Amino acid sequence: MSKVHTTIALPTGQKITIPTGLFINNEFVPALGGETLETVNPSTEEVICSVSAAQAADIDRAVQAARTAFKTTWGKHCPGTERGKLMHKLADLMERDAQVLAELEAVDNGKPVKIARDFDIGDSVGCIRYYAGWADKNHGQTIETNDLQKLAYTKHEPIGVCGQIIPWNYPIQMWAWKVAPALACGCTIVMKPSELTPLSALKLCELIVEAGFPPGVLNCVPGYGAVAGHALTYHLDVDKVAFTGSTITGRKIMEAAAKSNLKKVTLELGGKSPNLIFESADLDQAANWCLLGITYNMGQDCTAGSRVYVQDTVYDKFIQLLVKKFEQVKVGNPYDEKTFNGPLVSKGQFEKVLGFIEEGKKAGAKVLTGGGREGTKGYFVKPTIFAGVHPEMRIVKEEIFGPVLAVAAFKTEAEAISLANATTYGLGAGLHSNDAKQCMRVSGALEAGTVWVNQYNLLNNNVPFGGYKQSGIGRELGQYALANYTNVKAVHFNYGEELEWPLV
Amino acid sequence: MATHLKYTFEAPCPYKGTADFSTGIFIDGKFTAGSEGKTIEVFNPTNGKKVCDISEGTPADVDTAVKVAHRAFQTSWGLKVPGSERGRLLMRLADLIEKNAEELAAIEALDNGKAYSIALDFDVTQSAAVIRYYGGWADKIQGKTIEVDETKFAYTLHEPIGVVGQIIPWNFPLYMLSWKLGPALACGNTVVLKTSEFTPLSALRVCTLINEAGFPPGVVNIITGYGQTVGAAIANHMDIEKVAFTGSTLVGRSILKASANTNLKKTTLELGGKSPNIIFDDCNLEDAVKWTAFGIMFNHGQCCCAGSRVYVQEGIYDKFIASFAAHIKTLKVGDPMDPDTFQGPQVSQIQYDRIMGYIQSGKEEGATLLTGGERHGKEGYFIQPTVFTDVKPNMKIVREEIFGPVVVVVKFKDEDDILHQANDTFYGLAAAVFSRDISRAILVASRLQAGTVWVNCYNKLHPQVPFGGYKQSGVGRELGEYALANYCNIKSVQINIGAPAP
Repeated sequence: MSKVHTTIALPTGQKITIPTGLFINNEFVPALGGETLETVNPSTEEVICSVSAAQAADIDRAVQAARTAFKTTWGKHCPGTERGKLMHKLADLMERDAQVLAELEAVDNGKPVKIARDFDIGDSVGCIRYYAGWADKNHGQTIETNDLQKLAYTKHEPIGVCGQIIPWNYPIQMWAWKVAPALACGCTIVMKPSELTPLSALKLCELIVEAGFPPGVLNCVPGYGAVAGHALTYHLDVDKVAFTGSTITGRKIMEAAAKSNLKKVTLELGGKSPNLIFESADLDQAANWCLLGITYNMGQDCTAGSRVYVQDTVYDKFIQLLVKKFEQVKVGNPYDEKTFNGPLVSKGQFEKVLGFIEEGKKAGAKVLTGGGREGTKGYFVKPTIFAGVHPEMRIVKEEIFGPVLAVAAFKTEAEAISLANATTYGLGAGLHSNDAKQCMRVSGALEAGTVWVNQYNLLNNNVPFGGYKQSGIGRELGQYALANYTNVKAVHFNYGEELEWPLV
Repeated sequence: MATHLKYTFEAPCPYKGTADFSTGIFIDGKFTAGSEGKTIEVFNPTNGKKVCDISEGTPADVDTAVKVAHRAFQTSWGLKVPGSERGRLLMRLADLIEKNAEELAAIEALDNGKAYSIALDFDVTQSAAVIRYYGGWADKIQGKTIEVDETKFAYTLHEPIGVVGQIIPWNFPLYMLSWKLGPALACGNTVVLKTSEFTPLSALRVCTLINEAGFPPGVVNIITGYGQTVGAAIANHMDIEKVAFTGSTLVGRSILKASANTNLKKTTLELGGKSPNIIFDDCNLEDAVKWTAFGIMFNHGQCCCAGSRVYVQEGIYDKFIASFAAHIKTLKVGDPMDPDTFQGPQVSQIQYDRIMGYIQSGKEEGATLLTGGERHGKEGYFIQPTVFTDVKPNMKIVREEIFGPVVVVVKFKDEDDILHQANDTFYGLAAAVFSRDISRAILVASRLQAGTVWVNCYNKLHPQVPFGGYKQSGVGRELGEYALANYCNIKSVQINIGAPAP
């Protein structure tokens, strides 16, 4: 076996070869210093394999490759229509390989194969196709000015070399969300996938080669945040960094940009998103959406609806429904098509979530269901509901990133809004009501980048997504994402005005 | 019994396959005979010989198609299908057009007379590009949310109109099909389209690709027939809410009248032109000569935007004329299937007669014939590339659209002189400026009354750049994002969230 590939056995018995090197200039290469990191299967707690771990020198190499490609074969040297065509090919190839990619994702991340294939990868393919369509439609404007002899217009140019740092909760989908708009706009990329889930990103790079992207357009270098991420965010030749992850790390990214070359920064960070259940809501439906909101992806979702506030008149009835449905969630082997919840992604996350659960119990909150580990092997956690909480508890204020829900009651609409907005986060929010005017009022009052009315969690590739307050800067998805990868140049073309000198 | 074409292409055509497909009318995903069982003969303009029969559509067929298209719109298209799915099908169609490029190019050359190599490199390639471009727009049809005040939530929805009627000409049969289908389908409309009775074949071949791509039956319906029957039926139909027409200004008027007399269907028109090409003293002469020749002789002069009036500044007039005449003589006129051919025959006997009539009038009105002016060869509708000089502004060949390989060249003095002459027409489709002085070019461009102004080039179109006419050259724009406006109904929704009743 080479130093940059390895063969692993999937739980179905099938063996696949996966790349393990750093992907630079369309080739897989070992880290210059030979460093590696191990990635673990969270269902079995066993090591899957090792992949190369990028150091600062490797980041330099990758950035150089991206810069060269930007100046020669990409950026303004490749028409948008061409970029779109390559992206469509990439989408077709992902669709072709959906099953094997889903199985790899399940082994590395723990999410169920069926969900990885039908949702993560299905939506990712859609995302790439969506942005492929934008590639030749990033229009500037011509602008009439007061100067009668000036042609003023804007050009929407690609920013340049973009560093992209993605998390471990949706490895393939986060890869797609970052890669698609950047490529559509003509930027080149140095992507650092999470050290917890590097495998699918590297496997996708094989498709980048197969689709025909020029070398250096997309480079993918797994590594540790403190090493590779640090080098990337401080790099003087990276024009922009896009980060999805925790708010704590988000601050470090901004600091790095400020201290290096003021690279443009967009951040998609954490959340403590509320779901509000009003008395006129269809309680059964609302309960289903709340469940989706906190148990989907094992609660490892930046928009997880981790706080549910229920109007007191329907509180008991709703809680009863909620608990019953929680107990229907099937937690188990990701390779079982009936599984809804796999394990959490890693030992570290597992311990963190169990820690919050213990904290909640100590603080006096009541466990209505769940409340601990599921089984004895693998990082499985029981979907958990805490009641009897108060706003100062850590389980109510802090992002847990697991299948742990805090519920409380409210009396009035104003109180609900106030509770919902009492957070430094502002990523998502949901409200459930059959009163149309209430829906309008409350959705207007919620301080969140995405507000769901009578729904939760479901996103669309063409609708923007991002945070208010400390949940982030900038928007992803939709047409809005193009702005993240575009430099606007205003051109003032004088075709007749002469300047007198001296002026006075 | 629907008619059928089976035709094997032979040398010198580089494509040597067999075209084998139904030439019936295409409604609800099926090919059938027209309701009256009649047929139309299709001729090869290279030799005047009959190629095949195609089924003739009738007004009754239009009625059937509209019903079918309406059903499809209510059930399997329109807002019942997400934009991303509409886009995916359009992408698939573009891929299939590319996959069958050579056959389509050969069919186009056979039916229309344009050179095979040009049909392949331009018509078929660009048709796929336009379909692909609009495939990308399908899930990006966006309205706005609009701030009013605290008591109002206002937004717009860009909805598909429904069943749209489309009538396309014979000069770029496949390419014009792509301009019409692309934006209409992307926006979620269903289509009843009439091809020209002179050039129906490539569209019918595309119908098999539409089925292969997976479009639901009834989304696209294509009927060949005559303007006075099928065309009029579409323009007058009470259940078609929008018609898009490309063709002559004369017929365009009747389309607009029909709309006024029936249900005020939204109408966009892409009509004729008599586009001026302005060559300044400071141009790159060699390039200007080549672009100018291309501007009028491309597609045998059968372009709505043909640069059919060339104005050359007096300082370089003599040099230009000499170089231009010499260059024109190098354009190869001949068998479209020959890979070296630039100019094939005109599309039909009628067009041939019309153009020769104009040439005759040029001679009779006293213009100087610099080159050409006669039939080329002894069979087929070939005309020599023809250049007239010493013309006067009121001559027919200067004022009227000839739609053939005939150009008039005029000497001019300066900017004011030329702008007056260039704009002295009720047409306004295109224009061009050749000059090395970019400031002068921008200034002149801003003063030309034309929907497209080319600077230092001619006849260059791109799927993403809009195209359409000023004045009597048309209503509305095709290509680019602008075309989407033709195929959407804008609905403003105003939700009261607090204003008390009056």
